[in-house]
Formats: sequence, structure tokens, C-alpha cells
Amino acid sequence: MNKNSKIALRKSRNASQKAYLKKSIRRNWDLYLLLLLPFAFLLVFNYYPMLGLQIAFKDYTASGGIWGSEFVGLDNFRKLFSIPKFTEVFLNTIRLSGYQILVEPAITLIFALLLNAIYSRSYRKTVQMISYMPHFISTVVMVGVLAQIFNTKIGLYGKVCDMIGVEAIDIWSEPKAFPHIYVWSLIWQNIGWNSIIYIAALASVDTDMYEAAEIDGANRFKQVLYIDLPSVLPTFVMLFILKIGSMMSIGYEQVLLMQNPLNLQSSEIISTYSYKVALVSGSDYSFGTAIGLFNSVINLVLIVMANKFSRRISDVSLW
Amino acid sequence: MKRAKHKKIAIEDRIFYSIINVIMLLVLVAVIVPLLYVISSSISEPREVLQGQVFLLPKGFSLEGYKAVFEDSRIMTGYANTIFYTVAGTALSVFLSICCAYPLSRKDLAGGNILMFVLTFTMLFSGGIVPTYILVRDLHLIDTRLAIILPGAISAYNIIIARTFFMTSIPKELLEAAQIDGCGNLRFIWSIVMPLSKSIIAVLALYYGIANWNNWFSAYLYLSNANKYPLQLVLKEILFGSSTSMSASSSNSGAIGLDALSESIKYACIMISCLPVWIMYPFVQKHFVKGVMIGSIKG
Repeated sequence: MNKNSKIALRKSRNASQKAYLKKSIRRNWDLYLLLLLPFAFLLVFNYYPMLGLQIAFKDYTASGGIWGSEFVGLDNFRKLFSIPKFTEVFLNTIRLSGYQILVEPAITLIFALLLNAIYSRSYRKTVQMISYMPHFISTVVMVGVLAQIFNTKIGLYGKVCDMIGVEAIDIWSEPKAFPHIYVWSLIWQNIGWNSIIYIAALASVDTDMYEAAEIDGANRFKQVLYIDLPSVLPTFVMLFILKIGSMMSIGYEQVLLMQNPLNLQSSEIISTYSYKVALVSGSDYSFGTAIGLFNSVINLVLIVMANKFSRRISDVSLW
Repeated sequence: MKRAKHKKIAIEDRIFYSIINVIMLLVLVAVIVPLLYVISSSISEPREVLQGQVFLLPKGFSLEGYKAVFEDSRIMTGYANTIFYTVAGTALSVFLSICCAYPLSRKDLAGGNILMFVLTFTMLFSGGIVPTYILVRDLHLIDTRLAIILPGAISAYNIIIARTFFMTSIPKELLEAAQIDGCGNLRFIWSIVMPLSKSIIAVLALYYGIANWNNWFSAYLYLSNANKYPLQLVLKEILFGSSTSMSASSSNSGAIGLDALSESIKYACIMISCLPVWIMYPFVQKHFVKGVMIGSIKG
């Protein structure tokens, strides 16, 4: 009897849900109409390519297309894991993104805390405004400027080396220097912009706390350490999860532009390799897609894990 | 600062503030020096640039680089193309985003959660470069201007910002009052929501606008006809490309002069691609910041 009533309840709930949906559609049909075009875009340009991922398991031919090509199972992945180049590319990706994740968020946080603690209001505003500026420079210009500056003969770097009497080594095409140039140029470009969110969080800290701390004899440095830092920590954790989630999709546009034949051994990463295999050197679409898919799946797993972990330890999560 | 208005600053705090000021000054220098270097090089005498004589301030004064840039038809075509892509792409993106964000901000929209998931999922997972390329090719969009505008027209992140804005700053009572007066959804959006949402429209337009202005990769992927190249791609070829056809514009210079000019041209190019953004920047800065603030509210 209990079971029956449960089923009846579920049925009536289903019915009422359906009725609710119907009513909502009737009353808000125009809202659904508005959604039609954006979701058509999403389906075509975001979801259809996900279906296209199936060619990672096929041998793509132009005549067969993504649906009609021959199914080959995991052949492309087997090929991927067997080539020696793969280890190098994979390690490069991990090294580059690991470096970035360890350094960039921390530097940004410290910058934001110091920025917020500047005593003079006008100086603070000036630093803030100028530090946003590089964010709006395009990747092409940014890498172009770097290449010019690091030019050993005519660049700023060559000039400085000349002045202090050291012979300028060509660090622009030095594989060892590549991760440093990449990460620090990113920090240069984004430090101000990424600090905005912390500044906003700091602005909402109750001023009573500072007064209480002052009465208790805490100096400004201690206030930063014990009031400011804890109040931005949740934001930091959240941004950190986001960062981990995008770990494997590091800015391939910038990496691609910074690559040259000499630094390729440390600058080739999974996404640029996938692009080259499919669209530049060969036209092995299936293999290129398999590499890309490998990348995206790791990415997805990472963000889900990071989110779960963070929810367990700190209540902060994305969903 | 309010909290320290009438108080004397203790010695240890004074030291702390000075240390911060020095660190920030270093950051400021690090941000400004590369920019200053580019500006100075672009207006220096080309010969000085080539010999690496320009340090921070311009050496000599010459607008040869700019002159060559403005005489170069590739760059000017690129400039015109970029303006087109930016205006058309931004208009389309803002329109689609508003169409998507407002309905999703309504609590009485059945199925809204599912649609939100469909939207958000695109931020976590994507088909990647190759399947998207195949799609664009199968749609016969390769080497058309639409290939630059359509595929990236929607950004889930921007839509979520707009949705959060609608949820937090359009009071529910307004909708109820309008509905009692017999105002339909579309009319409500057009005559009440839109006038109240100028700031979020500005934020969206700026975000999409900057992304379009700076975009080079989709042009690099999808375009082969140089007449359709946006400025950033032309710039990429000038800065990194091995083949430069710049000689046409400076055929009267000697061999060294030509080489020197090509360096000046690089800097002048960088400048003209950044200038519009920098000129706009002080006026629109607060909108950008506002976008980040709205984005940080968890919707």
C-alpha cells in the first residue's frame, strides 16, 4: 500500500510538473523564443564539435566525414602513447601549467594585499590603473614586444647586458628560459587585472575589525596578515580551483607565437601539438582530435576533483 | 583613508608603508618600462633603433615608421577589417547574450536549470580546435568573414555575468507591477529592463569588443585570402613572419635604411594596434572593473 501511494504521489508530482511546464511555456513563450537563437548557436558551435570528437576513435577521411569514417577503436590513442614525442610534450605541458599555477595566483594575491595596504589613496589608484593596462594588449603584440625586447642586438635586454658588460645570451630561443618567460610575461600582463576581485573582497571587510585590531595593538602588517588575508582566502581558493580546471588548456595562442625551432623541445605542449598534427604538418584529423580529447578529458577530471576536494576541506566550491 | 584620519602613524607602520611603496614602485616600473620602450622606439630615428641606441627615451625624432605603416595597403586593409569584425561581431554577441541572459535570469522559467547547465558545461568541456575546424569547413565558412564572427559569438562567462546582473538589479516587483498592467515579456524587456541595463550592455560590449579586436587565431585558422585578414594577423606576419613585402613602401631607401625602417615599422604597427584601446581605456575602465565585480558574485 505504501508503495502504491508513493507511485501515486510520484505520478501526481510528474503530472503537476508537466502542467507547470505547460503553463510556463504558455505564459513565457516569448522568453523561450528569445532563447532559441543563442541556444541554436551553442548547439551548433559548441555541442556539435563535441560530437565531432568521435573521429578520435575513427580513421577520418574527407569523403566519410565525421559520421561515415571507419571505426578504429583506440588505435589513435595507442599511437599517441607509443610515440616518444608524446612524453616530451606531456611533460612540457605539466611543467608549464604547474609552474604557472604555483606562482601566478600567489603573486597576484600578494600584489592585491600590498596594493590594498598602500597608505596614499592617489598612489594606490595610480598603481591600480596602470597595472590594468597590459591586460588589454593582444597576445600578438605582447609576444612581439617580448621578442623585440629580448633581441640580443637591438633590444632592451641586449642593451642592458651591454651596459653591465655581460655578453647577452639569446634567451629568447633558449629552451630552459622558455617556461620563465612564459609565466612571468603572463604575470606581467594579468597581475593588475586579476587583483581586482581581491580588491573588491577587501573593500567589503568591516572597518570595525581594523579598529579593534589597532586597540589590541596590532600593527598594519599584522592587520594584513590576520584580517585581510583570511578575508580573501575563500576567493583565492575558488580562483585556484578554476585555475586547476584550466590547467591543461594553457594559453596555446601565446605558446604558439613564442615557439621557434630552437626552443621547441620545451615549448611544444599538447594543444599546440594537436593543432599542428591535424592542421599544419599533416592533415591527420583523427590523431589531432585524439590528442585534443586526451587533453580535455584530463582537464574535466581535474576540475571535478579540485571542486570536490575543496568542498570537503573548505565549503568553497563552484557548484 | 578613513580609518586613519586623525591618528598618528606608528613608526613600525611607517616602515611597513614605505616598504610597500618601494615594492609597488618596482612593479610600476616593470609594467611601464616595456610600454615606454615601444613608444620611444616607434618615434625614434630608425637608424638609432636598429643600432640598439634607444633605451627608455626616444633618440631623435622621426615618424618614418608611422608614415610607412599608413602607406602600406595591407595594414590599412587589416585595420578596416578589424573594425568591421569588431563592430559586427560585438553587436551580434551582445544581442545574443542579452537574449540568452535575461530569460535565464527569470525564476519562473521552467527548465531554466537545465538550460543553465547546457550553457555552463561549455565552459568545462569543448570539442577542441580540430572538430570545430571541421564544422566550419563543412558549413562552407572557410575563407569567409562569417568564420571570424560566428563560431566564437557566444561566451558562457559573459552570459553568466549578464544573468547575475539581471537577477540582482532588476527588482521582482517591477515585473509583477508590469504584468498586472498587462505588459508582456518582450515589451517589459524592451521598455523597462533595457533602459535599466545600460551598464551591463556596456560591460558586455567592452569584453566582446576587446576580444574581437585582439583576435588573430581564428583568422589564422580559417582565412587564406589576405584581403580579409584582421590587423592582428597582419601584425603577426610583420612581427614574426619571415616574408615581408614591406619593401614596396620604402623602395627609395638604401639597403641599411630599409632594414632600419623595418624595425621602426614594427614598433609603429604595435602602437597603432594598441592606441585605440589605450585612448578608450581611461573612459571605460570603471565598466571593465564593474564586469569583474558582477562576475565575482556567485549566481
